[in-house]
Amino acid sequence: MFGKLSWDAIPTTEPIVIYTLAVVGLIGLALVGSITWKRKWGYLWREWFTSVDHKKIGCMYIIVALVMLLRGFSDAIMMRTQQAMAASGGPGYLPPDHYDQIFTAHGVIMIFFMAMPFVVGLMNIVVPLQIGARDVAYPFLNALSFWLFVVGAALVNISLGVGEFARTGWVAYPPLSGLAYSPGVGVDYYIWSLQISGIGTLLTGLNFFVTILKMRTEGMSLFKMPVFTWTALCTSILILAAFPILTATLFMLSLDRYLDMHFFTNEAGGNPMMYVNLIWAWGHPEVYILILPAFGIFSEIAATFSSKRLFGYASLVWATIAITILSFIVWLHHFFTMGAGANVNAFFGIMTMIIAVPTGVKIFTWLFTMYRGRVRFETPMLWTLGFIVTFSIGGMTGVLLAVPGADFLLHNSLFLIAHFHNVIIGGAVFGYMAGLTYWFPKAFGFRLNDRLGRIAFWCWLTGFYFAFMPSYVLGFMGMTRRLNHFNNPEWRPWLMLELVGVGIILCGVAAQALQLYVSIRNRHAYRDLSGDPWDARTLEWATASPPPFYNFAEQPKVDDLDAYWGMKERAVSTLKHTDYRSIHMPRNTSSGLVISVFALICSFALVWHIWWMAIVGLVASIVAVIVRSYDDDIDYFVPAEEVARIEKARLKDLAEA
Amino acid sequence: MKRTIGYCLVYLATSFLLAGCNLIIFNPKGAVARDERDLIILATGLMLLVVVPVIVMTFVFAYRYRATNKKARYSPRWASSHKIEAVVWGVPFVIICLLGWVTWVTTHTLDPYRPLDSDVPHMNVQVVATDWKWLFIYPDLGIASVNELAMPVNTPVSFTVTSDAAMTSFFIPALGGQIYAMAGMQTKLHLIANEVGEFRGIAANYNGEGFSDMHFSTLSLNPSDFEQWVAKVRKAPQRLDQASYAALAKPSTRHPVSYYSQVQERMFLDIVDKYEGMNKANRTPRSQAQRDGTGVRTDQQPGLAAEER
Amino acid sequence: MSNIVIEKDIAHNHEQGHEDAGSLSVFGFWIYLMTDCILFATLFAGYAVLRDSVAGGPSTVDIFELPYVLAETALLLVSSITYGYAMLAMNRNDPAHVLRWLAVTFVLGCGFIGMEINEFHHLIAQGYGPSRSGLLTAFFTLVGTHGAHVLTGLVWMAVLMAQVWQRGLTSTNTTRLSCLSLFWHFLDVVWICVFTVVYLLGVV
Repeated sequence: MFGKLSWDAIPTTEPIVIYTLAVVGLIGLALVGSITWKRKWGYLWREWFTSVDHKKIGCMYIIVALVMLLRGFSDAIMMRTQQAMAASGGPGYLPPDHYDQIFTAHGVIMIFFMAMPFVVGLMNIVVPLQIGARDVAYPFLNALSFWLFVVGAALVNISLGVGEFARTGWVAYPPLSGLAYSPGVGVDYYIWSLQISGIGTLLTGLNFFVTILKMRTEGMSLFKMPVFTWTALCTSILILAAFPILTATLFMLSLDRYLDMHFFTNEAGGNPMMYVNLIWAWGHPEVYILILPAFGIFSEIAATFSSKRLFGYASLVWATIAITILSFIVWLHHFFTMGAGANVNAFFGIMTMIIAVPTGVKIFTWLFTMYRGRVRFETPMLWTLGFIVTFSIGGMTGVLLAVPGADFLLHNSLFLIAHFHNVIIGGAVFGYMAGLTYWFPKAFGFRLNDRLGRIAFWCWLTGFYFAFMPSYVLGFMGMTRRLNHFNNPEWRPWLMLELVGVGIILCGVAAQALQLYVSIRNRHAYRDLSGDPWDARTLEWATASPPPFYNFAEQPKVDDLDAYWGMKERAVSTLKHTDYRSIHMPRNTSSGLVISVFALICSFALVWHIWWMAIVGLVASIVAVIVRSYDDDIDYFVPAEEVARIEKARLKDLAEA
Repeated sequence: MKRTIGYCLVYLATSFLLAGCNLIIFNPKGAVARDERDLIILATGLMLLVVVPVIVMTFVFAYRYRATNKKARYSPRWASSHKIEAVVWGVPFVIICLLGWVTWVTTHTLDPYRPLDSDVPHMNVQVVATDWKWLFIYPDLGIASVNELAMPVNTPVSFTVTSDAAMTSFFIPALGGQIYAMAGMQTKLHLIANEVGEFRGIAANYNGEGFSDMHFSTLSLNPSDFEQWVAKVRKAPQRLDQASYAALAKPSTRHPVSYYSQVQERMFLDIVDKYEGMNKANRTPRSQAQRDGTGVRTDQQPGLAAEER
Repeated sequence: MSNIVIEKDIAHNHEQGHEDAGSLSVFGFWIYLMTDCILFATLFAGYAVLRDSVAGGPSTVDIFELPYVLAETALLLVSSITYGYAMLAMNRNDPAHVLRWLAVTFVLGCGFIGMEINEFHHLIAQGYGPSRSGLLTAFFTLVGTHGAHVLTGLVWMAVLMAQVWQRGLTSTNTTRLSCLSLFWHFLDVVWICVFTVVYLLGVV
């Protein structure tokens, strides 16, 4: 009746899991309780859960990303503690099979459910405003994308309390991830959570690709777009080209597991090497999906906080395009040691190194933006400076690993771990944190507490160096990754140093949590009435903070780069004062949420082999889509009077600012 | 800013103080590992040519052009310079060209499949990765050992590697790079030990529960000691055949070092044959002709059964 | 709000960078089709790699019957032509003929699916199912995924027929007919590739 699901699925013998579930359960209850007590369910449903507004959707993405950051980071703390404790032959405190799930979950969560949604969330909030548009091209698909992503995150979280997660590493190489070596439900949770949130991501790529190409305001040609929008465009292209590969590959793996097929099995002619190739053909563009938007964020911030035009705009754009194209022809550097032969290895190694050239150009571009500028060390700029130094080191070690002869010694070692955390944390995460601080006032109308932001930055920066520089050394000492115990006392001091680093980062995260609390509590004191707290340069700052739901009463005409800066210099008002028109807007809908809930039911049932439930879930999803297609009432017109009212309120705020 | 400088100095100090600890990668015991280490140092040096100026410029520009410094020149509209562009595209490009050339050459000379240049005749070792221990078969000597690899010093060793379980990686950090072990496949690695000693060997790709314990010791012995070791193994009571192999292949961790005095003929290839591998068996004439004409490497060309590599 | 009012307001409020919804949908659908193309390309790559992994079982020469596949192909290709006629009727604003031609397309599509299911059943009954070998896995998956896409197209077609019958050729419906048209022709093109790479090259 319930397939493989039984009460045994709840890991009652694992105290750590039970404590975690208890704590999460209590926090969840408290949250639900307080919402109920304050009677906010209606508000949440109407204003947020059924919203198709890109700004609200973007905020929700980031909120979920931050929550998942906590879980991914807890995994990291647990792993580092275990390795520090188990360095001299002892077993540590974590059962090995639990540790193996944790390192898999850590990677999956950080990449798919922390970094990706953070990127997508920032793109959602900012891009339509930067191009002077009212919303994205397909607002309903946008909402659907978000809820599909939530389903993926939900599955990963459910796996903690019901069943287990994969024990294969975050890319799940077969045959280890095949049925023969992973007969449990862990890999199935992995497959379905990635498949479903992957559909959401693909739709997002589609949405932003069309939005940026088709919905720019008058006068904004491609080479007058802000750099963040350029990077969003290139990221969308990467998503569109790479994610179908992931879908197909996971599909093949699931066929192996569910229908006893032989794509990647050891026996009957399967080919695990094919999986390795396919997954990295997706995997490498994926990491550029994570980093390109961060580069865009740093470009905006460098210009704004140097009070100076961005240096070398054209170079930056061409470098971004070059990186986009090149990222598809380097995937083999993830497995030089699989024996492809010298010619193939050398080709991919050289291709990988070539990417360093446009990336280097970008770094110099940001430096020369500061040159002869007036640099203000606001928190977003601190993140940027920290990034330039840190990412340069990480990029260097990447080029080093791109040399096959060197990679033979360093592949899968802690050196590799250090490299990719160096570029992902020092590059991507620093970028998202900078973006969060920079655009928070725009999204919510009040600034974040400055002092706590600075403390968070310094903790993240120093904590990162303590936590990951020793990994380079450990790689040189011959330590390989994913070990849960070992007997090598000389590794111990370095592992302890890393634990200290993790502790410092924890302080940074705590500072950020506190910053949110304090800022929300003092939001009236921190209120931003001008809409432009940083004296910035691009169009999103021309709106109120937060912008009205329709973004612009009249879409601005643009004639140059840094459109808003030009308007400020010429004292052109960005507001309409008269002649308000009615505005065509899409309606809120619960369809995205409903379709996704059925997708959750279907995928959970598939994990546990509850076939009747899977069919019901699938059919219900399809029916929900068909029902949506019958819905005529999907848009409306905002009356001109309401537009007038909102704009006049803004004028009043500006006068007070 | 001062704090960052302070932290950097602490780092440098720490690393110098601890330089005495065993950085295996920088302490190679064999020619292959030594060449790979030199490559790491060369590549790092080339890149520091760019990275160090970048880091220095970051601090210098941020400090000099800070908003409170009214003495610095402020050019808010200055945003392009052909000279600077030429340098920032050109210099990295030149360095990458250089590094690319180095990569091309060294990838070929350090190709794990390439036999080492040596007057000394090479020794063959067949390696089987099974859950979660390493089986070493010495086809020329007719013996086998588990979790202990012995080789005469200054003798090139030609490893042929396969797996009887999930994919993993055969790695002896002190002697040189690694190669994946995969079921149904035969990969190759050539190493040489130029110093006597005991070195750690590991599995370098996660393959399940027993991964953390899947290490072995590598003994590099002078000729007489090696003879003694071989003699010791020849006295072992056990023989490696299908039955004893089946028992060995059962999943287990922390398998003690053990020896087999005799090895059944074609043992290694029989293990490879357990799996279809890539493109094995039942060739049609059409596909055979196709395959012979294409660029498939000779060492992966299949036959009805695995052949000696 | 009636269609007339909306259209007038749109004309009145023509906004910068705001293409009309219909062409935006079709453009977006094109892009989605390109991603579907990559999905199929991945499956083709998998087929190419596993083509000779017969595991002691049948190879491609042993399992394909070209005349049968030719008939299947004919059904699908003709269904593309009939869909074309449906689109012509749509452009003439003739819902009755649209429905008629769609119905013919639907029947032909069902015929294609039926023949494919029959082929699969025949192979499985002989013991040559997808779990027999890598080759058969890749074959069933590639051809089966195409078939699943056709099935999805048929469901979509049925729903659209119902909507055209109930509401006539509204702008929403014509946009959707255009998208389905793209989808249907795309599946045709993919099938040509399947026919060539899998069946033709398989028996040569």
